Amino acid sequence: MFGIDVRQKAWSAGLIVLFFVAWELFCLMTGMSDLVLPRPSQVFVTLVQRFPVLWPHIVQTLATTMLGFVLGVALGVALGAIIGVSKTAYDTCYPLLIGFSSIPKVAVVPIFVLWFGSGTVPAVLTALSICFFPIVVNIATGLATTEPELEDVLKALGASKLDILWNVGLPRTMPFFFASLKVAISYAFVGAVLSETVASNRGIGNVMMTASSNFNVPLVFAGLFVLAGLGVALYVVFSLIEGQVTGWATRKNDVIAT
Amino acid sequence: MRMQPNAQFDGQPVPEGSATIAIELSEASVTFGRGDRAVPALSKTTLKIADGEFVALVGPSGCGKSTILRLVSGLVQPTSGVVIVGGREVAARAMRVGMAFQNPTMLPWMTIERNIMLPLKIVEPFRPKFRKLRKTEFRDKANALLEQVGLKGFGNRYPWQLSGGMLQRANLCRALIHEPRMLLLDEPFGALDQFTREELWAILQNLWMTHKPTVLLVTHDLREAGFLASRICVMSARPGRILDDSRVEFARPRTVAMTFEPDFVALNQKLRAFIEDARSAAEQGAG
Repeated sequence: MFGIDVRQKAWSAGLIVLFFVAWELFCLMTGMSDLVLPRPSQVFVTLVQRFPVLWPHIVQTLATTMLGFVLGVALGVALGAIIGVSKTAYDTCYPLLIGFSSIPKVAVVPIFVLWFGSGTVPAVLTALSICFFPIVVNIATGLATTEPELEDVLKALGASKLDILWNVGLPRTMPFFFASLKVAISYAFVGAVLSETVASNRGIGNVMMTASSNFNVPLVFAGLFVLAGLGVALYVVFSLIEGQVTGWATRKNDVIAT
Repeated sequence: MRMQPNAQFDGQPVPEGSATIAIELSEASVTFGRGDRAVPALSKTTLKIADGEFVALVGPSGCGKSTILRLVSGLVQPTSGVVIVGGREVAARAMRVGMAFQNPTMLPWMTIERNIMLPLKIVEPFRPKFRKLRKTEFRDKANALLEQVGLKGFGNRYPWQLSGGMLQRANLCRALIHEPRMLLLDEPFGALDQFTREELWAILQNLWMTHKPTVLLVTHDLREAGFLASRICVMSARPGRILDDSRVEFARPRTVAMTFEPDFVALNQKLRAFIEDARSAAEQGAG
């Protein structure tokens, strides 16, 4: 059992290494100009050399992402709880929510800039608006799918709606919630970088924009690597928290026969 | 005719006496929906159940058996007529009865023990003491019940570690943990195989004989009704009415072997005839 898990991980790691090696070889063999596609080794060197300059931008991007994410989660949970508990609210709000979620978020950045100027605020708002939707949907779904029999059992005991929400609805929603958190953190990240690219003078998005207008292509790619690294790190953090909190939802895999 | 909003069965034992009426339906009707789309589920049903009786409701599917359970538990209000439970009219508030359905609905993130204790977290007078006693007195209570249904030592397992029959036994424990005077069972063993079902009949009989709650059991299984009940009510097809109400006098504890004896088989056939009549009457009505 243990061996298969390790082997699986080795394959995953191998694929990543293979990807970079292939990229490196491709550039070397075709004599690709680093103005078009720099070799990964060049990108890593640039990344290390320019790290002190990149660092404040990394912090900026992370901060806006997290702020937008936290606000988005708060809003998403509140809204999801409301429309998940009440069927009427669910049916009423859903079309409007779908409408909002369908708007490409690049399109709203100029509006945020118009209202709040360029910089941190539109980045936070973009992150928020892009990440709250999956949370709303997941919380609402989790709450709306509570077994009616169990609800009857508890109602027959005199349980209030709040009792049922607290003891059954919310814990039941946790796997949905954490699954949505992983999606939402990536979305928030995309939103923040997007807004930085369009309208900011700080953050990784802005660094990449500036670098590309200076034809400093290795730096553009260095920015990309940073984004990928941060994205994976955030995803891992939330996966670990998820495993801790809602392990019961995935534990079916290792059934103990009784 | 309307009931006082605060009237509710407080879970206290009904005073002693063999003639105490635990459940009384008089001319109770239930109609779901309104106007053209109104569906009559139960029509003018009158039924009296004494305290501590074990009553089985049988009948063709969709005949309003479950509606009676929902009326008694306070989940549904009668459209007309009166429902009196524990000496009081059923009001908008629930009746704190123990309920169990075919689906055991154990919460997957809690151990069996904690699942069983869930009612104690909600029902007075246990509710305010729950935090203090959940690790001591209440847990012992849960484990005593588990032992009685043959699940000793399974308290700290999770629901996914138990089989369907075990979960249904735990479900019975959950329905009884707050010592309800009334136990409402809606086809609790419907999803189990024959052998497990028979095993659980004996367990339920044992629980009833020790705790003596008033039981209302909805079932499709006539052998189950005959094995468990002290009284069997046969209902007609929708909208339901009670067609026959007969006592089952076999000595307790009853055994599975008894269900093959001539008297038992005769009872079974009598009930079957009633239900067949009800079904064919319904078909003629529909056609």
